[in-house]
Amino acid sequence: MREITGYARKNGKYGVRNHVLVLATVACVNGVINRISREVPEAVCVPHSFGCGRGSVRDTQILFRILASMVHHPNVGAVVLIGLGCERSNTKSLLPFIEKAEKPIEIFNVQDCGSLQTAKKGAEAARRLLAGISGQSRIPLPWDKLLVAMECGGSDAMSGVTANVALGAVSDWLVGKGASIIFGENTEMIGTSHVLARRAKNEEVAKKIVEMIDQAEQRTKDIMGNLASWVISPGNMDGGMSTIAEKSMGCIHKGGATTINQVVDYGEWPTEKGLILQDGPGYDGDSMAGLAASGSQLMFFSTGRGTPAGFPAVPVIKVASNTRIYQTMIDDIDINAGSLIEGRSLEELREEMIDQMIRVINGEKTKAETNEMDVFTIMTVNPPF
Amino acid sequence: MEYNALVIHTLDNVAVALRNLIFGEEVRAKGVEGFPVLQEIPASHKIALRDIPSGEEIIKYGETVAVSTRNIKKGEWVHTHNLESKRWKK
Repeated sequence: MREITGYARKNGKYGVRNHVLVLATVACVNGVINRISREVPEAVCVPHSFGCGRGSVRDTQILFRILASMVHHPNVGAVVLIGLGCERSNTKSLLPFIEKAEKPIEIFNVQDCGSLQTAKKGAEAARRLLAGISGQSRIPLPWDKLLVAMECGGSDAMSGVTANVALGAVSDWLVGKGASIIFGENTEMIGTSHVLARRAKNEEVAKKIVEMIDQAEQRTKDIMGNLASWVISPGNMDGGMSTIAEKSMGCIHKGGATTINQVVDYGEWPTEKGLILQDGPGYDGDSMAGLAASGSQLMFFSTGRGTPAGFPAVPVIKVASNTRIYQTMIDDIDINAGSLIEGRSLEELREEMIDQMIRVINGEKTKAETNEMDVFTIMTVNPPF
Repeated sequence: MEYNALVIHTLDNVAVALRNLIFGEEVRAKGVEGFPVLQEIPASHKIALRDIPSGEEIIKYGETVAVSTRNIKKGEWVHTHNLESKRWKK
């Protein structure tokens, strides 16, 4: 049986989890979030470093988009929003972006009653909301309502040979079922413009792909200067990767080989189905936030050097590129694509990954979920001031 | 049969070593008739699947990832000593 289930949301989306999210609007209230987390461990509590101190239009746009998207996220059934009061993304400024979320949201501000009272009220609200949404039950989830993100990080030379190839096989299978795939990490697309543009559904998408990768390349050169070529590092080369194009080919493999139907901005919701590219950064945490904010209910994350990172409210399935790191980090990694090296067929591995994915969609926890290894960090453009 | 190399795409002219291969060891990869490697190949590095003349594209993942700078023999190690990037010169 390959049926999947989820929670129907009023806006037509489906969640694969039904979490109460306790979200900070600014770093200043992180202590309050941590208190609530200790009081109500069942809630997904998200402290972070953002919310104020950055002035550019782009940073502000990203900040509001990502915070609002966490509230809107289909895996979230209800929200406790904890603000300070005077921050850039205070609860009043955020309100227009979240008022159409069509889910229970309770809002508290520390400048109204102090940190301890806010923590107390927030914890009570979280418990109340947990009880309120506990009656919601899973119903069959149509495959075309599923958006799966593909991420790679802590890569090694085998990532592009085993794990990302396996992710690509799962991506193609999912698109065949009518589901959608999204991946980003534009720095890891450098050198593959011609490959990705050729797979675009039309001229307009092809143009966007080329623009996005050209910008990523220019930005890399601007930031790194003469060191730009070190985007492919000595470690990469020792591992058998000879050129940036070769490294990037290993990265983009994770999205499979289907037609690219849309390029979305960082954290933007796709309006098309099938394979979607996101104009987002290569840094794992920032990338995951953008992919989650785009509405992906589930992520695959390939790793060769090993990383425990998960994401709040979104199950992350870890795939090792080699058996050694799978065994070393057995508590953190769900699937061993290194088994391909030991002679396992790609078809067999793909089937295992699909079965595992379906169990996760239907409620089984990933190792990152079990271990509560959530990471929440967002892309920024300018330094704080 | 236990494979020691992987051909990622049917268009590829290189295979990837799945472990360190010693001089003379036979390449065993799905869809490839066995042939010996002409030198030691480190794990995850590339092996020429056929003779590749100088100036020809190195194909991996079914796509051009570099251009050869020397004549490369079938079974030889393919890396920065005998290819160059079409993009960023190292």
